[in-house]
Amino acid sequence: MLGKTANGIFWMYRGLERAENTARLIETGQRLALTQLKHPDDEWRPVLQSAAVLDPYLAVNETVTREAAVDWLLRARDNPSSVLACVEQARQNARMVRTALTGDVWEAMNATYIHAREVLARKVGERDLPGVLRALRQRTALVRGMTHGTMMRNEIYDFARLGTFLERADNTARILDVKYYVLLPSTVAVGSSIDNVQWESILRSLSARGGFRMQYGSKMAPREITHFLILDKRMPRSLAFCIARICDNLSYLNRGHRAPTPSLKLVSQIEARYLSHGIDDIFAFGLHEMITEMLDAFSDLARQIEVDYRFYE
Amino acid sequence: MSACYDEMWGREEVLRAPYAGFHDWFAQEDLKRLRAKQREAEEIFRLTGITFNVYGRAEAEERLIPFDIVPRIISGSEWARLSRGIEQRVRAINAFLHDIHHGQEIVKAGRVPQEAVARNAAFLPHMIGVTPPGGVYTHIVGIDLVCTDEGEFFVLEDNARTPSGVSYMLENRETMLQMFPELFSRNRVRPVQHYPANLRRSLAACAPPATTGDPVVAVLTPGIFNSAYFEHAFLADQMGVELVEGHDLRVVDGRVAMRTTRGYTPIDVLYRRVDDEFLDPLNFNPESQLGVPGIMDVYRAGGITIANAPGTGIADDKAIYSYMPEIVEFYTGERALLPNVPTWRCSDPDAMAHVLDNLGDLVVKEVHGSGGYGMLVGPTATKAEIAAFRRKLKARPGNYIAQPTLSLSTVPIFSRMGLTPRHVDLRPYVLVSPDGINITPGGLTRVALKKGSLVVNSSQGGGTKDTWVLED
Repeated sequence: MLGKTANGIFWMYRGLERAENTARLIETGQRLALTQLKHPDDEWRPVLQSAAVLDPYLAVNETVTREAAVDWLLRARDNPSSVLACVEQARQNARMVRTALTGDVWEAMNATYIHAREVLARKVGERDLPGVLRALRQRTALVRGMTHGTMMRNEIYDFARLGTFLERADNTARILDVKYYVLLPSTVAVGSSIDNVQWESILRSLSARGGFRMQYGSKMAPREITHFLILDKRMPRSLAFCIARICDNLSYLNRGHRAPTPSLKLVSQIEARYLSHGIDDIFAFGLHEMITEMLDAFSDLARQIEVDYRFYE
Repeated sequence: MSACYDEMWGREEVLRAPYAGFHDWFAQEDLKRLRAKQREAEEIFRLTGITFNVYGRAEAEERLIPFDIVPRIISGSEWARLSRGIEQRVRAINAFLHDIHHGQEIVKAGRVPQEAVARNAAFLPHMIGVTPPGGVYTHIVGIDLVCTDEGEFFVLEDNARTPSGVSYMLENRETMLQMFPELFSRNRVRPVQHYPANLRRSLAACAPPATTGDPVVAVLTPGIFNSAYFEHAFLADQMGVELVEGHDLRVVDGRVAMRTTRGYTPIDVLYRRVDDEFLDPLNFNPESQLGVPGIMDVYRAGGITIANAPGTGIADDKAIYSYMPEIVEFYTGERALLPNVPTWRCSDPDAMAHVLDNLGDLVVKEVHGSGGYGMLVGPTATKAEIAAFRRKLKARPGNYIAQPTLSLSTVPIFSRMGLTPRHVDLRPYVLVSPDGINITPGGLTRVALKKGSLVVNSSQGGGTKDTWVLED
């Protein structure tokens, strides 16, 4: 497999995952804004932060408004992380690695792109937003489904998984980074309705409400939520789950080699350092500090994968 | 009698035999359903991404080549005659390429002038004395044919560098099979889908001496913004080989190797879709980012096969084209089975005088041009266009050839009014290996969609059709 192809596959699936995550963040922000009694524009700043686009947004816009934030996240030309830009980037990469994809995956990817270009050609009105977001998430899911259903389980697939799970881990960590303070055990306002809404929105932005209920019933508490999102190995968007998959896929890629690659060593370190303790240790270490460190570790890991598998040279 | 020969109706409005099956089917069809099918075909093309990029725009734009649902149909016996002529011509082209890079017997015999070879821009001195692995110069050839009357075909152009369009031939058939399966149960149409497997086998048969084990084949593309990128990816995918770009490759231990996730792996046969000039910045254009520094040295040392061989462009040069009847006779000892279109070489003063006197009736082409760019179609040009072209022609006569405006045959397309005749040409695809010559039945039919237009190039608004060769 060509290094260039590994690179293209990796970024194709990162782009898809990011498009889906951003769409989900918009859904959550919209819902929060509608169900809160505060000013409805207040909720969009943390959403932009979670999507890691607040600073570039503020470079172009003076204030945070619902309309401008949604447009920025969905389709603004100046935002290289908008849903539209991510889908375009994923499709461009797919075109580049066309020979590594099955026809089914390529067609699903191309159809997703054609659809996104159509519905995001102009501003999406508030009334159409839920439908547009739902369709976009379904389309990206179609690409993922075709990937599972038709792709060989070889190194091409491993790089697809690496891209997906690195992006997903990054996304979950950023959401925790922005909202960590509502998860800190505190004596003030615990169980107040404000906290409940915030907790629910965190779970919602990770499509994790159903899973959490299954696990913990209807009782919501910060300690359980934090445990669920960081350490639960069955929750497909938790940090532990994502890192375990990255570890698996890097091990598959390493098969037949005696010594582990630097990236495999790196991911094992991340797992040992942050994800093999109990939730109380995490709080003792400092939730915010740990998340910050992990975000750095994820970018180091991505860079090391580029080097180990000769993405560029 | 009609002025123009139609391949379905002849000149006398009598249905020709190859179209009988299609005609019966069409007569029973509901036009509305067919219109829906035409849109469905476009949807299939859009979804599968069968596009080409248009040059000369700020942002490379992907476009669909219009597809027409009416097949172009050739009888088995007509095809047998055509393919004998094509095979003869392709053999002669390969013999010619070997000769001009070795003894130049044809020049010594006075059949082709020395300057037509030595001073030809496509001639590569690097290839002098080099015999490519298996003795094959043109692994893939596209011969452009036009028909002017019942059974009368002419060769319009030989494409001996990197003929494109074969992916459309394959996808057109695939689309027709999906949309009109019933047409294929009524007509016995020779299949074309073996082309990618044949191509891979044919390329592997030309592996260089350095090959150890199963030959590793790869397709070299200039990249995602090239107009034919879709085709490059398509062929690599269909052959099951890697699609590489210049920056994936480097010379390692005397071999050209591609950068994989596990290090560098040597390539045995490179099907390159990059022009000679850009192939090797050390040996040719030093600015090229598309090639591999040093690949020519590896090639001459037998470390890699480049398909088509560097320097084959001289055989599809339009000035050499005018000598093709002599070339065929010289190497095969037979008269050319497929005639050339009569051609005036503007470098010759008498011919030039004739061309200048008759510009309004002629087609004038650049010797090295392709894609329908830089040509004059006299009968449809404005006075101002003719005057401007006359100035260009006078400034550099040697850069041009002229041909009569042929009355190209028509084949019906499906339009709002039903069947409407439009001019077509035909590009059959030929594979050459030491094991022999393989011609895919049919080829790519290009059709001028504008009424009366003779320009079929996709870059100039042409479309394509599925091409059938019937089992008689």
